[in-house]
Amino acid sequence: MDYRTALTTCTYCGCGCNLYLEVLDGQIIDTIPCKTSPVNEGKLCIKGWNVHEFVQSPNRLTRPLLRKEGTFEEVSWDEALEFTASKLRDIKEGYGGDSIGFLTSAKATNEENYLLQKFARAALGTNNVDHCARL
Amino acid sequence: MTNSVAELENSDCIFVIGSNTTSSHPLVATRIFRAKQKGARLIVADPRKIHLALMADTYVRQNLGTDVALINGIIHVILERGWQDQGFVEERTEGIEELKKTIQSYTPEKVSEITGVSAEDIVKIAEDFGTADAASIVYCMGITQHVTGVDNVKSLANLAMLTGNVGKESTGVNPLRGQNNVQGACDMGGLPNVYPGYQAVTMPDNQKKFESRWSASLSDQVGRTVSDMLSGLSDGSLKALYVMGENPMLSDPDTAHVEEALKAAELLVVQDIFFTPTAELAHVVLPGSSFAEKDGTFTNTERRVMRVRKAIEPVGDSRPDWQIIQEISNRLGYAMAYDSPEAIMNEIAEVTPSYGGITYDRLEGSGLQWPCPDRDHPGTKFLHKDAFARGKGMFHAIEFMPPAETVDPEFPFWLTTGRIHVHYHTGTMTRNSPTLNAEVSEGFLEINPGDASQLGIREGDEVKVISRRGQIRVKTVFTDRVERGLVFMPFHFVESNANALTNPALDPIAKIPELKVCAVRVEKAA
Repeated sequence: MDYRTALTTCTYCGCGCNLYLEVLDGQIIDTIPCKTSPVNEGKLCIKGWNVHEFVQSPNRLTRPLLRKEGTFEEVSWDEALEFTASKLRDIKEGYGGDSIGFLTSAKATNEENYLLQKFARAALGTNNVDHCARL
Repeated sequence: MTNSVAELENSDCIFVIGSNTTSSHPLVATRIFRAKQKGARLIVADPRKIHLALMADTYVRQNLGTDVALINGIIHVILERGWQDQGFVEERTEGIEELKKTIQSYTPEKVSEITGVSAEDIVKIAEDFGTADAASIVYCMGITQHVTGVDNVKSLANLAMLTGNVGKESTGVNPLRGQNNVQGACDMGGLPNVYPGYQAVTMPDNQKKFESRWSASLSDQVGRTVSDMLSGLSDGSLKALYVMGENPMLSDPDTAHVEEALKAAELLVVQDIFFTPTAELAHVVLPGSSFAEKDGTFTNTERRVMRVRKAIEPVGDSRPDWQIIQEISNRLGYAMAYDSPEAIMNEIAEVTPSYGGITYDRLEGSGLQWPCPDRDHPGTKFLHKDAFARGKGMFHAIEFMPPAETVDPEFPFWLTTGRIHVHYHTGTMTRNSPTLNAEVSEGFLEINPGDASQLGIREGDEVKVISRRGQIRVKTVFTDRVERGLVFMPFHFVESNANALTNPALDPIAKIPELKVCAVRVEKAA
């Protein structure tokens, strides 16, 4: 039996409550609020108490999907990444970098947001970068 | 937020406007409850009689989209009675004379006609806020999602500066950020006009700095906002859209238009953890990993950068988003070789002055609040202590303007939208959480019992809700949370998508859509 906890930050609203995810044999089984957090001081809301539930949902996307003749097919990472990179390259070469837009994410980490805007600006040469801050 | 969440509990007066705090930010609401217990005055202004309204000293229901008039009215009374902080106004601000001229005509009586709030209540709010030692303003999308969103925020800033409630403990202008890392996404340059740390892309020095650090040639043109990207897809000037962890099919106004735009894309890449309605339209769908499967940081509403830690291996064949981006970038010929999120954070700290002192080892414990410019800096609890970013605080003289769409005989009801306590944004995560979805599993329309009886509908009946942009079917809930003439819908539910109805009219500066106001008709479903 392998039991461990990971101290992390809630992924729902902007409060930023700290919590422990309880993991038993690779399955997240529960959430415990963090008492020493400066924001939530050992409390959580109903969403926070249940934040572990969606993570291992059977509805999660687990394989890359590529649309072929109108329908999605599961494909390898290699095929999905190559398709994406080559289409982006074609569109950049055909119409310029400003013909591509990027939506970064208020759900993703700082590091991931940094990387996507860097990719847009440095690799494709466009400032067409935005996200749902207004929504 | 200019100030910190914990400071709220020591405020003498808290003015909550356009924030359903107990539903959308419960752990901020906790601090408001504590402040109230310690004797703070609580003022709530909201078109819906939200939970916080029940414990407010003064609760007012302003008509939708009349916030500027309400705030101008409060400022009018404060100036008339001499409740302003004259010392603060003289030392720290400019433009007061212009403001005085504009607000002269906003008498409580005139404001009462526009807002539906009584003149007595306007005077009471002005007194509570204007005479408090430390007063805080708390707001959310009820203030910003209007064609006058920027005007609304500037008006609140006027009120805070006039009363000296900024730059000190337990005061401030405090927007509650709706998503866990919307603050961070903005800080990291997820915006068309700025690099990380709000460094303008149009400033040649900034461009040079990033060109040299990133070894690339960069554009000095401000890019497109979300709404400009969608219209670009529709008119063919934008060919491709790369979407990471967003769901515009539910989050954006006027869904029919969004769908038409996304379908016009030559390439739509969607990177997400679930198969969202936006992913359904994609050419390629890349499975990302959730917050529980990777390391990183989020920045909360009070600018606190905090650690996210990996609890389990990525689900299925999913991959952390940073690895996906890096892989595509390398295939495209722009080399990236980060071995961990920590390596990315080290680069962020190098190029982002406000994150300059942030390292993973320093984030152990309580995290750090930016600005944190160097390794020895302890972080910043509240902003604008001795000066504003521009030096003196600028008052803005602002006239009231009505919302873009108003009711008429064909569309006689005002519709406003928002969140409920068990669900989050477009429901991608909470609808996949069995416990939360069991609490509330379908959308609903809140309607006043008086209006419902006039329409001949019974509670729980399905009705058609129709706007100029679309129509949906939804069940009704009778409640006096909404007054006659106003209806409310949550926007979490794809089956009854409130944003099929909402108005994409934009604030001219912030380009934020007026999601909080549109006109609809309610009909008995056949």
